[in-house]
Amino acid sequence: MAVQTEVATETVTVHIMGKRYEVPKGLTILKAIEYAGYRLVRGVGCRGGFCGACATVYRKAGDFRLKVGLACQTVAEDGMYLTQIPFYPATKAIYDINALKPSADAVLRYYPEVVRCLQCGTCLKVCPQELDVMRYIAAAMRGDIAKAADLSFDCIQCGLCTSRCPAEISHYHVAMLSRRLYAKHIASPAPHLTQRLEEIRAGKFDAELEALMKADKETLRKLYAERDIEPEELVPSTKTDED
Amino acid sequence: MKVAYYPGCTLASKAKAFDQTARWVAQKLDIELVELPQWQCCGGLVPQVADAVMGLLAPVRILADAQSIGDRLVTLCSFCYNTLKRANLIIQQDAERRQKVTDFLEQQYDGKVKVVHMLELIRDEIGFETVRSKVTRALTGIRVAPYYGCLLLRPSKEIGLDDPEDPTVMEQLLEALGCDVVDFPRKVECCGSFMIVNRPEIAAQCSATILRSASNLGAQLLVTSCPLCQFNLDWQQMRMLESNGEISPVPVLYFTQLMAMAMGIEPYLLGFEQHLVDPRPAVMELRL
Repeated sequence: MAVQTEVATETVTVHIMGKRYEVPKGLTILKAIEYAGYRLVRGVGCRGGFCGACATVYRKAGDFRLKVGLACQTVAEDGMYLTQIPFYPATKAIYDINALKPSADAVLRYYPEVVRCLQCGTCLKVCPQELDVMRYIAAAMRGDIAKAADLSFDCIQCGLCTSRCPAEISHYHVAMLSRRLYAKHIASPAPHLTQRLEEIRAGKFDAELEALMKADKETLRKLYAERDIEPEELVPSTKTDED
Repeated sequence: MKVAYYPGCTLASKAKAFDQTARWVAQKLDIELVELPQWQCCGGLVPQVADAVMGLLAPVRILADAQSIGDRLVTLCSFCYNTLKRANLIIQQDAERRQKVTDFLEQQYDGKVKVVHMLELIRDEIGFETVRSKVTRALTGIRVAPYYGCLLLRPSKEIGLDDPEDPTVMEQLLEALGCDVVDFPRKVECCGSFMIVNRPEIAAQCSATILRSASNLGAQLLVTSCPLCQFNLDWQQMRMLESNGEISPVPVLYFTQLMAMAMGIEPYLLGFEQHLVDPRPAVMELRL
């Protein structure tokens, strides 16, 4: 049998948790880690830049700056020293959103540490979504819940802000509280949501769900392969260090 | 006249009346206040130790952001004014800290923005004659005591807005509005400031002394430029009015509220409902 000619692939050198690997050029960090032989159980999720599970910090040889990116959205470049931060401990309050008012008091009651903010702006430098983290904390602190919700809307809760904050603030949970307060008490209710909830309660989707629960593996595979997916051109392009 | 404007947290929350009347007055005086597109707390205080850098990040970021709007940054809260002005001086005078702060912020700034209080802008650039010409409802016969507090004037070598012991800028403003100025000896004393948080009884004492002095001299209104002074004097006054007949009410207004009243603002824009001691009865009685 004819042996397929090996195509010479251009490679880049990356260091994953301190160990050196040669990986093909053009892979995302996530794929590079997998190419190097790691099987990711944590630190990976949607692979589409939405879930925030694959937060990664890195440095490049010769540059003191700490950089961040989502592993599924950032292309691995030559000389990257990488590690993933799949989880970072954060204070997470339990509250009854109905009993709260959209005010500074609600924020300060559950996250009093926000007032320790030193405004160093470190959170601004590590947000892979490039959100104005420091200012949504400032807005929440002064009770401007609508602004805090708006500024934090694209937060994917990767937790990198929280990992770097010298004031030990859990920004992304403060953001979640702000958005919940906004949705519950400031935004006008969405009629289609109420309608859909009624449909769910009335059991409109029960049969469909039950059928899925009972389906065998092959059927599920087929359904998965044939599911509705966004057309390729609508999928956001992978992010490189330059942009 | 176009100037950068930094409202500060308090003017965006507890002291909205100050912000909204200031914007109204500025428009009347042809001052275009351009609010910084994004801003956060100024820090409230400027670090008092020579090697402290962290506390400068917040005010210097604000000053650096203001550069793109103009050569002056106007503010109204005495705390913000004091902090921004003194941080600016440090940047101008201390090359080492300037380098550290701008390196960390990754913003270029050499201290060139001039920090200006609205009172200064009115006195030095608009002029009290212009103010007088915009008055449609002169506050003739109203006895108003100007209250400066600490941070608008001190430390005088760094702030230099007016004489720290015998300031006159608010007196001149009040005269332009037609008021009878009540000169009272406690006008540059401390209201108790942050003590309201952890030792409220001390703040209460400071504020009570000021209120008694103004009331005894027959003041019908007090004016200030500081949201914390306003709060302390308002809060303590509410308590005094509830507990005894020691003083007659002297509602505490921001100077911009009084200016706006004299210049014919619609009363609902004055924000009087945000005060603890409601100025409306006094204002009605004075037929303003």
